[in-house]
Amino acid sequence: MNRSIDYAKKNIRRTPYQAIAASMVMFMTFFALLTFSILALGFQSALQFFESKPQVIAFFKEGTTQRDVSALENALKQEPTVSNVKYVSKEDALAIYHEKNKDDPALLELVTPDILPSSLEISAKNPEDLSALAQILKKEPAIDDVIVPEDVVQTLASVTRVIRVVGISTVGFLLIFAALVILMVTGFKIRLKRNEIEIMRLIGASPSFIRTPFILEGVFYGVTGALVAWVFSYTLIWYFTPFMQGFIKEIGFLPIDPILMLILLGISLVISIFVGMLGSYGAVRRYLKI
Amino acid sequence: MITFENVNKKFGSTQALDDVSFEIKQGEFVFIVGPSGAGKSTLLKIITREALPNSGKILVGNQDIIKMKTNDIPKLRRKIGFVFQDFKLLDDRTVFENVALTLEVLGKTDEEISKMVEHTLKLVEIWPQRNLFPRQLSGGEAQRSAIARAVVSKPDIVLADEPTGDLDPKTAWGVIQLLNEINSWGTTVIMATHNQEIVNTLKRRVLILKNGKITSDTKEGRYEVK
Repeated sequence: MNRSIDYAKKNIRRTPYQAIAASMVMFMTFFALLTFSILALGFQSALQFFESKPQVIAFFKEGTTQRDVSALENALKQEPTVSNVKYVSKEDALAIYHEKNKDDPALLELVTPDILPSSLEISAKNPEDLSALAQILKKEPAIDDVIVPEDVVQTLASVTRVIRVVGISTVGFLLIFAALVILMVTGFKIRLKRNEIEIMRLIGASPSFIRTPFILEGVFYGVTGALVAWVFSYTLIWYFTPFMQGFIKEIGFLPIDPILMLILLGISLVISIFVGMLGSYGAVRRYLKI
Repeated sequence: MITFENVNKKFGSTQALDDVSFEIKQGEFVFIVGPSGAGKSTLLKIITREALPNSGKILVGNQDIIKMKTNDIPKLRRKIGFVFQDFKLLDDRTVFENVALTLEVLGKTDEEISKMVEHTLKLVEIWPQRNLFPRQLSGGEAQRSAIARAVVSKPDIVLADEPTGDLDPKTAWGVIQLLNEINSWGTTVIMATHNQEIVNTLKRRVLILKNGKITSDTKEGRYEVK
């Protein structure tokens, strides 16, 4: 095996441009795979976040009295599907607004409690009851608007589905493309080394002795591409995390869990070894007649 | 050592070997002679199982190489060293690396390879050229390197297919003397040639092939081109 590794190393060193080209194709493939995987996982987290918060927010009309608010709050608490009701006054809303925009003084200066409506945040025991609760609230004369996160959940679910389908199709196509590129590069190298292979056969080299370096070369291209793609992806995520956190802080997906990234690395490496072997084995079967 | 019994080989309608039978004992030096197309190279290719005959029986050692499994062919070839007319050295490897290739195939360690290659290159008097590439060698040096590659693993048999074909007479004699010396170690040497001067000077066993048939098999034989 050591000898085969030595031969594979020599093969790679002696044709560096083909090695770079094959590794770059693998890099693109695995960069796409990691990007789609991270996007899908991010959207999945967002989906779970919204699903875990079965809340309807009902905004009161301007001028609603505290008595009306208390009446509605008490009525909702009697509902068997409701698990919690929380009143958010104009002052509370302003405090939340200040907290969310504390880094942007320009936004804070313009906002006063008067322009923010008071609201009720109603949590349901079951997310399926959210739309029924929303219907009840919409009929209330004191309520101006009702927001049901069900729409957000549905949108997120569709986006996640689309990312999965597009991701699987794109990555599938790229994996086939990468395997074919490795097949071509390996096939080219086999033709280039025709004399050497012929001599090796005549001096008694076993078929596996001749084939293994080519297979290892394919695996090397795959693993290199996957490793560089992983490092590149992780660097990008690390660089953009502070910026992205401003938008999706509550979801908790960022900063990304290093364990998750290591799992993605492991999966990438396994797939890259498989694709590298598949491409080079195909070339060996097709072009290397021993 | 090597036994051919009624061996026939056809390429299309051409009869390359026609009912060929002979026996070569361990340690013999045998010339296979005949004009171009007589079947000399085919005979050597059959011994290494590069080609299969259409009929007949061939024993190398005690192995029937026609019935041999494909997996066992490399093991057979490890017992045989092959020297070619055009040397077949790898251009991108030095003399040392070309010779080491045989031992790498056998799975020897780097240390063993180093020792054995050095020993063999000194024997064939090519040690000073060990770091040169084939394109930097003269014809004689290239053939000596090829012989070193063939014998470095101490094979039982050395097959030489027109090893002096591309060499001037003086260099050719150097190569023949080297093969003679290898034979003196007890290695069976089978050399295909149509160089009558070499055959007649060396006075070894001569098998004459004509149109695929053995027309003569003589000890201390001669070869006259008619």
